[in-house]
Amino acid sequence: MAVTGILLVLFLIAHMLGNLKIFSGATSFDHYAHWLRDLGVPLLPSAGFLWIQRVGLLAAVLLHIWAATVLALRARAARPVRYAHRKKVRGSYAARTMRWGGVIILLFVVYHILDLTTGTLNPVGDPSRPYANVVADFAPERWYVTAFYTLAIVALGFHLRHGVFSALRSLGQQTPRGEQRARLVALVFAVVLCAGYLVVPFAVLTGLVA
Amino acid sequence: MNLTLRIWRQSGPQDKGRMVTYQVDDVSPDMSFLEMLDVLNERLILAGDEPIAFDHDCREGICGMCGLMINGDAHGPQRGTTACQLHMRQFKDGDTIDIEPWRARAFPVIKDLVVNRNAFDKIIAAGGYVTAPTGSAPEAHSVPVAKADADAAFESAACIGCGACVAACPNGSGMLFTAAKVTQLSLLPQGQPERFTRVIGMVDAHDEAGFGGCTNAGECTVVCPKGIPLTTIGRLNRDYLAATTRHADTPGT
Repeated sequence: MAVTGILLVLFLIAHMLGNLKIFSGATSFDHYAHWLRDLGVPLLPSAGFLWIQRVGLLAAVLLHIWAATVLALRARAARPVRYAHRKKVRGSYAARTMRWGGVIILLFVVYHILDLTTGTLNPVGDPSRPYANVVADFAPERWYVTAFYTLAIVALGFHLRHGVFSALRSLGQQTPRGEQRARLVALVFAVVLCAGYLVVPFAVLTGLVA
Repeated sequence: MNLTLRIWRQSGPQDKGRMVTYQVDDVSPDMSFLEMLDVLNERLILAGDEPIAFDHDCREGICGMCGLMINGDAHGPQRGTTACQLHMRQFKDGDTIDIEPWRARAFPVIKDLVVNRNAFDKIIAAGGYVTAPTGSAPEAHSVPVAKADADAAFESAACIGCGACVAACPNGSGMLFTAAKVTQLSLLPQGQPERFTRVIGMVDAHDEAGFGGCTNAGECTVVCPKGIPLTTIGRLNRDYLAATTRHADTPGT
């Protein structure tokens, strides 16, 4: 859980920084997207780096889901008779929603790939013009896309808030002061990442990026 | 106080079990929760009914025998308190109180509110001790222990093995108990020779007993009557990582 989660978090950081290039204009954003394809050329074939990354990410996602499924099945088996009266879990909302939050994020990732990687569900869908794809995606009349995007990113934020803390704990964070620090780091990281991702669709929606 | 109790009745391990409603009148707010159950049982016996079976022993919060899920709270609404130390003044006249046994596959119900916590004994038997006979207590200054380590070890050693951590855990995990029993030894010099075989043995025994896996949800530490901190699980994780990576081929080191 922790190790695959950390790999995915590293990708999330890189992906967010890449997204933010949208604020430096269409040429710069498209150039960055094409550069990603050419990364490692001529050592690698065109888009070779991207495919290595995709295979790595897919493995990490599958292992992450596998570990979560094992944990969920064990939890179910560990309490065959349920409580008649059960208080809501007192721990954080984030810890409570890890599993369903994960499902929302997975559904979003599937949609997101069909939208902005393959272009199938995108109104422009031109892989050579990613800037135009993004702007068309979050246009005000397609508000439901922005709404789903926001829902997924907020779910991601909650997922990260508990996930980052839990990963640090799984890897041996063991002092009370360290626990406070780990919780703070997880919260700040989740908020920053959420803000970094959400600023793009809302900039398009409000016309800052057109 | 007049109370309505809804209590889990189950005549034996094979019985399906059900919640049964009882009316208890004239409860003194100064009674402990278990005394209130005693009063109910006396009335049940006088009426020719089967009394409610529940675990208890010292009734002063140190033995770990009592354990009831009271309105969905392990050991009831008061924090840092076992069910026997919980007083009826925590409740109001006319309240309805749901009382259930700990629910976990590893803790099968024997009767009514009594569960079999043998799984905890199996975890202890898998390494929760120091093998070397150490004789009588040595001179305290002959084996120096850092103050911080002594404090943290003592904090873990306060675990009374009541099982509230398992009862409250959304995953049905016994990791807080296991971590406390690992940590109380792994922080002290006497526990070092078997430090890494202990953690592997005890975690394996925990998993074999049918407990769930830990997801750091933190419910356990909230209900723990002894306030064992969640950081204890971090200490267990660190020992487990060290044991499975660096010390994998050297048992006992």
